[in-house]
Amino acid sequence: MNSVAWRRFGIRLRLLTPAALTLAAVFISVVPIGVSGLPEVTPFFTLMAVYHWSIYRPELLPAPAVFILGLVQDGLTGGPLGLFALILVIVFGLVSMQRRTFLGKSFQVEWFGFSLVVLGATLVSWLISCVYFVTLVDPRPVVLQGILTLAIYPCIVWIFARVARTALRPSE
Amino acid sequence: MRQRGGNTQRDAMPIKVVVQRFAFVLLAAAAVALMLFNKSNTGAVERFRTVILDAASPVLEVLSQPAITISRVMEEARFLIHLHDENARLREENARLKHWQAAALRLQQQHAGLTALLNARQDPTSTFVAARVIGDSGGPFVRTVLLNAGSRDGVAKGQAAINGDGLVGRVAEVGVRSSRILLLTDLNSRVPAILEPSRDRGVLEGDNTNILQLSYLSAGVQMSPGDRVVTSGHGGVFPAELPIGTVTSVSDGVAFVQPFVQFHRLDYVRIVKHNLAFPPTRDVAGQRTRSSSGPSQ
Repeated sequence: MNSVAWRRFGIRLRLLTPAALTLAAVFISVVPIGVSGLPEVTPFFTLMAVYHWSIYRPELLPAPAVFILGLVQDGLTGGPLGLFALILVIVFGLVSMQRRTFLGKSFQVEWFGFSLVVLGATLVSWLISCVYFVTLVDPRPVVLQGILTLAIYPCIVWIFARVARTALRPSE
Repeated sequence: MRQRGGNTQRDAMPIKVVVQRFAFVLLAAAAVALMLFNKSNTGAVERFRTVILDAASPVLEVLSQPAITISRVMEEARFLIHLHDENARLREENARLKHWQAAALRLQQQHAGLTALLNARQDPTSTFVAARVIGDSGGPFVRTVLLNAGSRDGVAKGQAAINGDGLVGRVAEVGVRSSRILLLTDLNSRVPAILEPSRDRGVLEGDNTNILQLSYLSAGVQMSPGDRVVTSGHGGVFPAELPIGTVTSVSDGVAFVQPFVQFHRLDYVRIVKHNLAFPPTRDVAGQRTRSSSGPSQ
């Protein structure tokens, strides 16, 4: 009886993997790297996580969780509260509705889809911050962030896929 | 569940989709509402942020440790490569500084003598709190860092943050065990400053780039590249004479200032507890309100 309860608990815990990885992405985004020569902006790790899970396991990272993780990121980065939450919820909504377009396709298709998402997220977040701060915000950092995000997406997604294969193996 | 008729499932699907879409629209609207609320009611939002900050700070403190170690190792490697050049440079600098030390000692004595003679009022004293940088914004729209010191360590909103090179920024949010520094380079950073040679006052503004702008200088101010910029101490929040940077170029009455601090390499900072003759109210920096009930200056 007890072991069954523990197994159930273990399974439930494993189902939290996508949310836990996305939370890790939020934290990694704000860890100071402090190496001169590296750009000051860090890649948008959370966007990668939300995009990835909204294609493969949207049921394990529901919209309210995406919203809360976005809020945590807003709280930690010090930007307008709600900005990342909005971007991530929109990405989640659009991608999870269109996930069949990507499922079973080659990685290039997924990456191309991600490039569109990055383009949209970059543009929308820049426009919102211009309106929010009532000034023309320097677009170079956000463009650089977009390029970095797109460039390292394959590595990060490889890690996500490895972790998911171990943690979410079909043992239920 | 699956034993139920296929019809029920077919009917239920659109409802599920509708509910999902409704939730999605609702959350997006909530995010927009939050941003509007953030703009109008900074106090409540700030409290919310500090709760997140305090909750996340133990995790960030652990995560930032390896990051700092890696950056130290890389700096060390860089240092070893340039060891010979660095040694020659330091020897030359040392000779120069010895000359300055003699000058400084002479001036210090002279200053002490004159101060005593004039019976001048002493500048308020400052005490410091050292704190480690445990996070930076990393985002493209703000320039802030997170520290592992908060109100329990005596950090208060509006205080100046410095390191060995000069002024870093000011405390913008304070949690119990963590706080956020708005860097000089942030879009919203405004610091009263003076040009050292002419003692002309201006306001130093950030724009998210690594170069600051010294604006609101009086017309016809003489300034040239290489001039030092320091805090003016006006407003009573920051101590005066904290080094900020040097003028790199001048155009249309605005001086472009290269800060002394290398913001991407911040690891430790000191928070200056400036002991004023009159106590500033808690939100002194953001709201520009100051207690006027203190003893007369």
